[in-house]
Amino acid sequence: MKEITGIKEIIKPENLAYRKSNILTDEIMHYCPGCGHSTAHRILAEIIEEEGIQQDIIGISPVGCSVFLYNYIDIDWQEAAHGRAPALATAIKRLLPDKYVFTYQGDGDLAAIGTAETIHACNRGENILIIFINNGIYGMTGGQMAPTTLAGMKSSTSPYGRDVKTMGNPLKMTDIVATLPGTYYVTRQSVHTPANVRKTKKAMRKAFQYQKLNKGTCFIEIVSNCPSGWKMTPVQSNKWMEENMFPFYPLGDLKIPEEQPEQKPKSE
Amino acid sequence: MERELRLMKGNEAVAEAAIRAGADGYFGYPITPQSEIIEYLMEANPYETTGMVVLQAESEVAAINMVYGGAGCGKKVMTTSSSPGISLKQEGITYIAGAELPCLIVNVVRGGPGLGTIQPAQSDYFQAVKGGGHGDYHLIVLAPASVQEMADFVDLGFELAFKYRNPVMMLSDGAIGQMMEKVWLNPPKERSKTVPEWATTGKPPTRKRNVITSLELDPDRQEIFNQKLVAKYNEIREKEVRFEEFQCEDAEYLLVAYGTSARVCQKSVELAREQGIKAGLLRPITLFPFPSKRLNKLADKVRLMLAVEMSAGQMVEDVMLAVNGKVPVHHYGRMGGMIPSPDEVVENLKVHITRG
Repeated sequence: MKEITGIKEIIKPENLAYRKSNILTDEIMHYCPGCGHSTAHRILAEIIEEEGIQQDIIGISPVGCSVFLYNYIDIDWQEAAHGRAPALATAIKRLLPDKYVFTYQGDGDLAAIGTAETIHACNRGENILIIFINNGIYGMTGGQMAPTTLAGMKSSTSPYGRDVKTMGNPLKMTDIVATLPGTYYVTRQSVHTPANVRKTKKAMRKAFQYQKLNKGTCFIEIVSNCPSGWKMTPVQSNKWMEENMFPFYPLGDLKIPEEQPEQKPKSE
Repeated sequence: MERELRLMKGNEAVAEAAIRAGADGYFGYPITPQSEIIEYLMEANPYETTGMVVLQAESEVAAINMVYGGAGCGKKVMTTSSSPGISLKQEGITYIAGAELPCLIVNVVRGGPGLGTIQPAQSDYFQAVKGGGHGDYHLIVLAPASVQEMADFVDLGFELAFKYRNPVMMLSDGAIGQMMEKVWLNPPKERSKTVPEWATTGKPPTRKRNVITSLELDPDRQEIFNQKLVAKYNEIREKEVRFEEFQCEDAEYLLVAYGTSARVCQKSVELAREQGIKAGLLRPITLFPFPSKRLNKLADKVRLMLAVEMSAGQMVEDVMLAVNGKVPVHHYGRMGGMIPSPDEVVENLKVHITRG
């Protein structure tokens, strides 16, 4: 086999441009090509590593595509029943108030079957982080309509497009929780371009730093793609997301802390 | 410190016993006839004294999932409810059983089905001892027959839950929950600082990450896990059977009853004996594991058994399985929140004696 030109130069430590976080395990991720979950996992692992909080963090994985999240990030985990992650997180944080606690949930888990748990955890102002991956579809079960499926959008249970008259309107959970006094920081981001990845990472870092302040719930929605569920290539799905998802779920902060936290986020 | 004598409702006794047992957390939702438990805890405000967290959840579903989360951290946590609320909790209970987490669940049973009544019943026996939620699992089920036992079984419940990493249910009823009796309370215990090695409290570099889950996609491995559960349940059947006998030594006719029915039947035994009928009573204290071996042995010397329950006939099936045809097993039950009187039990017993 021909040696790649300049490989010895490239692998020198000083030329290292990217390395896998030590918090990510060597387990092969089961996600479809082009799916946003793996990027969101990677950012999460990097933040845990950079903030040095591996010993002090407990995650709650949902039911949905990211059900096996506990195989990929090397921290203590609890696997919740469908939609119940914020209830678990509530008890864990109340019983271990010095630990960082977060949930990672999809739109079916958080905005359909777990609506009550989500709203009430946010309304009590539980000092947890909720990471909400919104791809507008049930991915794991094969592309059924989600509460967040756009009007007119096709899925296996809305094969002629979502008819809002009979199937209801897409639910903006992030906008709802932003209105609750219990939430401290609410933002909507994406991970489909390097610039957006950086923004999401910054939001996640802020959210964990805010958790130390005990001021309330932090909520990060990540609008993401589902190439398999949407029946598109990864590139097509990202373009479709920009053209259709972002106008309905616009990116940006929905609620930012009024007072500046005592500890300035490290990233700035 | 000495034990303390108090006059309390069964529900209040559970709450006070939980604080004294060093419980770390209580998560509940109001429902009659057991709302005194959360009311008592909220008023006692143990967070200020022992650090015990008390939280009113948005639903029974959330409450049992809070119990899952707390139990996963290795904490002594509990929830309480009554029949319709316990139905809602079944999802969480099967996940807790599947993740092998210790916790205490109290059911102060009322009549059903549906919303039913708010009066005492024993119609949740099947739900409590046969699983309740989906999948092959068992709870350890304790049946108190007094306010004293409602207090005592909080401690016992936590002890068994942690010993076997298994959810424990205290199956009480609206009568015992609501009535006042004297109760000896244990001196307060400090909350435990011991962290079980499986608990999720943050992963130090010295150990592998802990994952609390009940998910296994590989059927071979799932079956191995199921077999492990079966072995655990068999060990519990072997070691944890508890029951009480009343005038069984020379009994020719055996009443079998638990909880409130057992209190009624104790009087029935006395009344029967006044009429020259040699009756006795076996009161199961653990409903799972059921005192099957003892009943089978008693079947060698009694003429018939009568299971008395505030239900259409649920525990009677376990009595029949235990006796395995050795003697006739009958059932007498009241439903809908009605409690049988000692006399009517004796009259029913006499009917079966006459028929042979």
